[in-house]
Amino acid sequence: MRKEVIYSLSSPYREEMKVTAYRFGHGKKAACIVGSIRGNEVQQLYVCSQLIKKLTELEASGAIVSGNEITVIPSVSHHSMNIGKRFWAVDNTDVNRMFPGYDLGETTQRIAAGVFEEVKNYDYGIQFASFYMPGDFIPHVRMMDTGKQSASLASLFGLPYVVIRKPRPIDTTTLNYNWQVWDTNAFSIYTNETDEVDEASARQAVAAVLRFLTRMGILRYHNHSGYIATVIAEEELRQIKTNVGGIYRRLKHPGEEVHMGDVLAEILHPFEGEVLSQIIAPTEGIIFFAHKKPLVTENEVIYKIIRRLHE
Amino acid sequence: MIETVSAMELPVEEHLRIRKHRVLPLHPTGKEKRICVVTGTHGDELEGQFVCYELLRRLKAQPEYVKGIVDVYPALNPLGIDSISRGVPMFDLDMNRIFPGTEEGPMMETLAKHIVDDMAGADMCVDIHASNIFLMEMPQVRINEETAEKLVPYGKMINVDFVWVHSNATVLESTLAYSLNKIGVPTLVVEMGVGMRITKAYGYQLVAGLLNLMKELGIWEGEVEQVKEPIVSSDRAVGYLNAEKAGIFLPMVEIGDMVETGDELGQILNPLTGDVEEVIEAPIAGMVFTRREYPVVYSGSLLGRILGGKEDREEEMA
Repeated sequence: MRKEVIYSLSSPYREEMKVTAYRFGHGKKAACIVGSIRGNEVQQLYVCSQLIKKLTELEASGAIVSGNEITVIPSVSHHSMNIGKRFWAVDNTDVNRMFPGYDLGETTQRIAAGVFEEVKNYDYGIQFASFYMPGDFIPHVRMMDTGKQSASLASLFGLPYVVIRKPRPIDTTTLNYNWQVWDTNAFSIYTNETDEVDEASARQAVAAVLRFLTRMGILRYHNHSGYIATVIAEEELRQIKTNVGGIYRRLKHPGEEVHMGDVLAEILHPFEGEVLSQIIAPTEGIIFFAHKKPLVTENEVIYKIIRRLHE
Repeated sequence: MIETVSAMELPVEEHLRIRKHRVLPLHPTGKEKRICVVTGTHGDELEGQFVCYELLRRLKAQPEYVKGIVDVYPALNPLGIDSISRGVPMFDLDMNRIFPGTEEGPMMETLAKHIVDDMAGADMCVDIHASNIFLMEMPQVRINEETAEKLVPYGKMINVDFVWVHSNATVLESTLAYSLNKIGVPTLVVEMGVGMRITKAYGYQLVAGLLNLMKELGIWEGEVEQVKEPIVSSDRAVGYLNAEKAGIFLPMVEIGDMVETGDELGQILNPLTGDVEEVIEAPIAGMVFTRREYPVVYSGSLLGRILGGKEDREEEMA
């Protein structure tokens, strides 16, 4: 394992921010794994730390196939993470909306450019990402539909689901999108958590990456075959929205099978405790996403269901 | 007449309510043109608040001259303005990246859809922004090159110092202005002043421009001032000043100053060592139209912009 500072940035009052890469093996740029790009992505940081620990052991035992280099960048955002901010510590811009970056541009464009220069040109790019809506997902691999994506490759992670998302204008400045534009096969992996560490899904994510690297001939490692993934298009997910605001009582959780008419959640009057609304499943299927915070507004998307799918 | 454009129930005893003030002619015919004046998408941009007040004050003072429909939306992001938050609180979301919105999406995207629906069919929209807390901007209209042919003539009517025609960026397709232009509502984006402050002189300047624009559209028949002939930047170079060093920036120029290549425009200082970390020099000759107000800078922080001459642009293109 070689540890290398790939980008650094001076700060007026704090220590220099250093983005560190851990490199394993030598040879062609086989796979690059990026962890936390936003300051609240603690789970993503944790997953990378566990992956680096495991890859260090595997490298020592000669498990990296010769001619391959694996790079792991656990954190781009610790300047924000250390002060409890999600976005860039100074101007609140989102580094994951700045790719491919611009080395003569503004600060977060420069950070993105510095990181992208190091992470591009790999065969495979894997990012542990987070979603802007507060809630839990079933662990899955997400890809942008750029015309260059390969769902069959994504299924080799052995996670239960692969989701293909049609990019919107705002997605065109993410790392995942730009990796694909630069001919890297890009995957975003979503585990259950972001702000907190969830051991079980972190282990699942580490195993998924090791499984993928093994199947791509980059690593020699024996682990469970995982799932044969179900591939879904994001627009096929059935969204369920609230009709009132109040205190949210979640009754069904990601991964659970539900039937039409099941009560998924209740929304309570915030002062009187009465049930104002029952959120009813409009279809049968598996819950893919569920809102988590205890309060909800009217018109919020609180569930996404994979229709007509059974356990 | 104050109307609610969209309302969403928040968790505890409150609604997120987007409101507009509609001013109608004294004797409507049903064939009036309509202008939307909108601001407050970013909660830290307040320059438009004074513009809304002053415009409405003048329309109310002389209602007999109102010949069209004037819809004034002071706060697209009321929660943000009320809590000194640029984005939408709770979601950490830039509201100007979710348009045109959708009924199928989360709450804020639904709200965005309602806003666009409400403005659809208008004959003109002016979307007023105030930079951010970091930068002061000279009053200017920004126009995407895709819509320049149609919008530059309107941009010349609105009493700004210059009209900046910029190239298209895919990410900007999620803005309100882009979405409205796409559905046939000509929309001008005005940038002026600085975040968290109100520059009264700029407010009066823009109100004069709005009344002039409304007169051109047949919405206002009252008196208007002579408006400025703005510089149109499509054939001029723009020079960017970005910090290379971290520290405290102290500018040495004012907005509107003319500078020569190599002129000293400011310094980045180190308050711990007492050293000058970097001297900022003008990359091109021209007029300073953006200037950093917030002193703390990192490498990359934008310190200013200069509008150069036609010859610089020709050199750039070559």
